Amino acid sequence: MNNNNLYNYILGIADNTLILGQRLGELCGHGPALETDIALTNIALDLFGQTRNYFQYAALLVGDGKAEDDVAYMRTERNYFNVLLVEQPNTHFGYVMGRQFLFDVYHLLLLEGLQNSSDITLAAIADKGIKEVTYHKRFSGDWMKRLGDGTAESRQKMQEAIDDLWRYTDELFQLTKADKAMIYEGIGVDVSNFKEAYYQEVSEILNEATITVPENKYFTSGGKKGIHTEHMGYILADLQYMQRTYPNMKW
Amino acid sequence: MKKDWPLWEVFVRSKNGLEHRHFGSLHATDAVMALENARDVYTRRNEGVSIWVVESKYITASNPSENGELFEPAKSKVYRHPTFYKLPDELKHM
Repeated sequence: MNNNNLYNYILGIADNTLILGQRLGELCGHGPALETDIALTNIALDLFGQTRNYFQYAALLVGDGKAEDDVAYMRTERNYFNVLLVEQPNTHFGYVMGRQFLFDVYHLLLLEGLQNSSDITLAAIADKGIKEVTYHKRFSGDWMKRLGDGTAESRQKMQEAIDDLWRYTDELFQLTKADKAMIYEGIGVDVSNFKEAYYQEVSEILNEATITVPENKYFTSGGKKGIHTEHMGYILADLQYMQRTYPNMKW
Repeated sequence: MKKDWPLWEVFVRSKNGLEHRHFGSLHATDAVMALENARDVYTRRNEGVSIWVVESKYITASNPSENGELFEPAKSKVYRHPTFYKLPDELKHM
């Protein structure tokens, strides 16, 4: 493969949508209400659709007859580059929405940048995803307000989730080697540039939701380098089960 | 406290120029959630271009036990259908 940086850059974006989609998929049939269940599954399907587009492109770069499934399923944990935020468990509905919201705000900023990529494939995928992600952000943002500004219990749970998940937000803006190389070539988005805009937007919605913006300055990271939390192995066990049990199987 | 979320009726316009039609109902705590739920439950296969939601309790319905007095008198009045006009042959698609 002659463009390893581009390949890794694509994985850095697509592994986030893959793993978050997988987390939401775990809730299929288990949502708190039928309507919310379908809503979360719709979001998961949007994310998988985007993931497939990225992986099809990544598979082309690898060549050698590889397909999207090889990219999605046939890697070891250390070769997945999603951020730690998206692999955090569905502890309770507040965590599901908190994780979604903290990712959605970032995701939209990322796609808005990627729309202007000099790589026309990535720009097209971003362009298509923007409408979907705009809705995701609206949905999760509304839930932040509904739960934060809801009952005493819902606010306490929402606050707990945000306090817990906050430590994973800084990683969103860290640049990997592949990021830097792709930014240099005009393909990648310099996510560190919109860190301030991100925290401002998140804080505005949290304020509206009467959730206290955490002052915690302790952040943790590693996912972008393939160093994951203890949850990742379980996600991959689920995700990769079929391909590992029946190699090359197709639906 | 009632545990169930209130019921809402969903009306979807399938295409511009057509009317909103009743698609079904769903549960939601507020109007914003009802719209979002309607979008996710009833338009996920590209069924609509516009959605109305109204809380079911605001719909006043006719009483089925009064169907006799409400609807049966109309049955014997075929002359209310515009089928007695002779249309000129030149007029098509009527």
